[in-house]
Amino acid sequence: MSTALAEPLTFECETGNYHTFCPISCVAWLYQKIEDSFFLVVGTKTCGYFLQNALGVMIFAEPRYAMAELEEGDISAQLNDYKELKRLCLQIKQDRNPSVIVWIGTCTTEIIKMDLEGMAPQLEAEIGIPIVVARANGLDYAFTQGEDTVLAAMAHRCPSLEKGSRVEPRAEGTLVENLLRFAKPNAPLPLSHGEVAKLSQPPLVLFGSLPSTVATQLTMELKNQGISVAGWLPAQRYIDLPALGEGVHVCGVNPFLSRTATTLMRRRRCKLVGAPFPIGPDGTRAWIEKICSVFDIQPQGLEEREAAIWAGLEDYLELVRGKSVFFMGDNLLEVSLARFLIRCGMIVYEIGIPYMDKRFQAAELELLERTCHEMGVPLPRIVEKPDNYHQIQRIRELQPDLAITGMAHANPLEARGISTKWSVEFTFAQIHGFTNSRDILELVTRPLRRNESLQSLGWTSLVKSSGN
Amino acid sequence: MKLAYWMYAGPAHIGTLRVASSFKNVHAIMHAPLGDDYFNVMRSMLERERDFTPVTASIVDRHVLARGSQEKVVENIARKDKEERPDLIILTPTCTSSILQEDLQNFVDRAALESESDVLLADVNHYRVNELQAADRTLEQVVRFYVEKARKQNNLATALTPRPSANIIGVFTLGFHNQHDSRELKKLLQDLGIDVNEVIPEGGSVTRLRNLPKAWFNIVPYREVGLMTAHYLERELGMPFVSTTPMGVVDTAAFIREVEGILTQRAPQTSPGESVSLNGSLVNFEDYIEQQTRFVSQAAWFSRSIDCQNLTGKKAVVFGDATHAASMTKILAREMGIRVSCSGTYCKHDADWFREQVQGFCDEVLITDDHTHVGDMIARIEPAAIFGTQMERHIGKRLDIPCGVISAPVHIQNFPLGYRPFLGYEGTNQVADLVYNSFTLGMEDHLLEIFGGHDTKEVITKSLSTEGGLVWAPDGLAELTKIPGFVRGKIKRNTEKFASDNNISKITLEVMYAAKEAAGA
Repeated sequence: MSTALAEPLTFECETGNYHTFCPISCVAWLYQKIEDSFFLVVGTKTCGYFLQNALGVMIFAEPRYAMAELEEGDISAQLNDYKELKRLCLQIKQDRNPSVIVWIGTCTTEIIKMDLEGMAPQLEAEIGIPIVVARANGLDYAFTQGEDTVLAAMAHRCPSLEKGSRVEPRAEGTLVENLLRFAKPNAPLPLSHGEVAKLSQPPLVLFGSLPSTVATQLTMELKNQGISVAGWLPAQRYIDLPALGEGVHVCGVNPFLSRTATTLMRRRRCKLVGAPFPIGPDGTRAWIEKICSVFDIQPQGLEEREAAIWAGLEDYLELVRGKSVFFMGDNLLEVSLARFLIRCGMIVYEIGIPYMDKRFQAAELELLERTCHEMGVPLPRIVEKPDNYHQIQRIRELQPDLAITGMAHANPLEARGISTKWSVEFTFAQIHGFTNSRDILELVTRPLRRNESLQSLGWTSLVKSSGN
Repeated sequence: MKLAYWMYAGPAHIGTLRVASSFKNVHAIMHAPLGDDYFNVMRSMLERERDFTPVTASIVDRHVLARGSQEKVVENIARKDKEERPDLIILTPTCTSSILQEDLQNFVDRAALESESDVLLADVNHYRVNELQAADRTLEQVVRFYVEKARKQNNLATALTPRPSANIIGVFTLGFHNQHDSRELKKLLQDLGIDVNEVIPEGGSVTRLRNLPKAWFNIVPYREVGLMTAHYLERELGMPFVSTTPMGVVDTAAFIREVEGILTQRAPQTSPGESVSLNGSLVNFEDYIEQQTRFVSQAAWFSRSIDCQNLTGKKAVVFGDATHAASMTKILAREMGIRVSCSGTYCKHDADWFREQVQGFCDEVLITDDHTHVGDMIARIEPAAIFGTQMERHIGKRLDIPCGVISAPVHIQNFPLGYRPFLGYEGTNQVADLVYNSFTLGMEDHLLEIFGGHDTKEVITKSLSTEGGLVWAPDGLAELTKIPGFVRGKIKRNTEKFASDNNISKITLEVMYAAKEAAGA
């Protein structure tokens, strides 16, 4: 257990032959998050078939998303893209009247070089609805990175915090309030409880799409430290997007938002707070502490709060301690989850991950390293662009207690006696903040608990040739 | 461009992959971007498949866009050849690769030189054919390849089996109740004294395809997949085939009579002395049909019983693939006396055949692949029951009309573990159950009419009024309404218990979260 403690994290890169969801799947959660939006996926039957099957029954609840299905005439440029899109967007405007239409570019629009970014402003002016273009295609991105492309595009649409309105340290409270209110008329007041000491705090905008409950929970955690959240990207409604500009601090809540972070820094001149992500009580505490340190605040009562959460998890921790995990990798949450699970006492063999932004995840990686040292376990190997075939060979060799994997491999692995957890569930479950720590373990321990109840039956391996 | 929310038939490559992964030891390599391997999820989840789906992708990424696939596809084929030693590797184009217009055939030719597996390029155009058509073509392509290969090697098995035998063509993965149908068909053939020669593609092996000609005839149970293969085998090798779907009592009998016809015609010319159980003139299945219809299948008796009487003249709507929608329409109208107000299919390419089949059995015919048209039609007709796909089931839910699912596209609940064939005599029982359970039960219906609907009095609730002094603050209450209905009650109770345990009288947002943290969800 004490081996390899001094070694730094190692990163490997394989062939990129792995299973993941297409990034257009982000429409599934984003259309629910942004209530006045409409998502139009410009692609083929393949994209439509994926959405229809992956999103299951959601499709029947009158979704605010649709396919602009390209036909042969569109591909061979016999039809005029602009006119076609205009026709569809007018229909959407008439049927749903959204505040924003998001065009999702796909592989096909990339290959035929459809100029969505060029057409959008023109069409926007013509039909009077903002059109945001995000290229969430499988040529460039994996699964959750789809959200990243959409939020990066939305960052351009956030209202500007004028340079003159930059908060001066000793400015009067009401003035600040007025200025901020002026910048975004519908947003809640940034200041709460009249905590005068915190008037000097520059605006903080959090980015990443979370269910509103979780967003409220995180906002409250910060409020407890006297930090007010000026806004979220994305907000519940498109028209409530937060104001951005020089002097605004931004902080991500999910590890896959590196493009958004870059856009916020480079294009909107915001200051990025690089912190571990608020996943698990350890991550949440580190996240809050980092934000506090940026604003020169001494965090209050965090240690006790974290300890209390851990104490509440004890029944689940008993189940996971000493067990081993293998992340095949498909949604970029892997490093944060692995770090949390190591803190829970698990041993992580491998962290597969589609894409590793070492700069955006720097603080998270550092926390991972520290966690490994403190728990006295060897550092896991981080495999970028993994090769599922090779991974399955490694899983066979290592026989981990749990493989966190996509649905394509879950049933075949289970049939071979390897317990699995579908990775997609981590994307859709509420896993952020202190309050939801238990939900992560609920997911992780489910196969372990299930196996406990089936153990005595003696049918773990259910394939004919046990060799494979 | 077309504004689309939902589609009945998937894209072409899905059809190719379904055929490829149904065969044993055949591997498909998709030329596709990341994320297009969603087929593996469907197979693993819907079919609850224990084995890894033999489909991988040769990933199309930025580099491929810029410089072409170059060696990548060939290397991926070579690698799969070494790793899995499949009999056949099928390179599968997708919508993405068809616009790239790379010379995939060239890759296949090059890879074939080096690999021990056979290598084929699926010959399907993404923008012209759908999932079902592609599956039909791919199956024919594979069969043709191996028949021609056997001919070249001079090992095509052309001598007919001594006993009468048949190939079953078109049973495959993710097909609607295909596994059960296949078992039922085999049982039916066994009853008739006919051996099963090969079943393709499901569970079949491409190395055994050279044995296909040994069968006396072919059976194509489903209209959508297998006909091209059957036509090819008829043209090349003179094999007759039966394409009547043995679904429903009448059509099952018709199917058996067709089989009888083929046996009489083929028997004498093959093995004059040897034929054991069969001699041309002796083939007579009428007794069998009679026995099965009257006593084994319950469907004929059901249609006479007073239960079914109550269904007389009730309106129904049928929609699905050509095979199932046509068969179902005939069963409802001909065997149960139900009025089929509209019968339709999304197999637009087979519209003529469909119209001909259902002519005289329904009031109108709808050929469309737009689910909103189907929804509008159902809303207009207001039938007592719908028989359709999962889409129609959802339309039915919205309009409060019961729906029996009779055709793909389907959900996981349409892959039952129990034995549920739609074909053959057991199939008639299953269909009768499905129909009967879909309509409001006869007597219930009758009573409802007499008493003027269900008892509408408020149901006595179980919740007790012991909320002793607890007050919900507006923010807490607002949060509570955000929680999905099915767990809201539980969360409310847990929170209130937590509050009273901790002597808190006002439940705010903070209290709710604290309760969650304390109780653990």
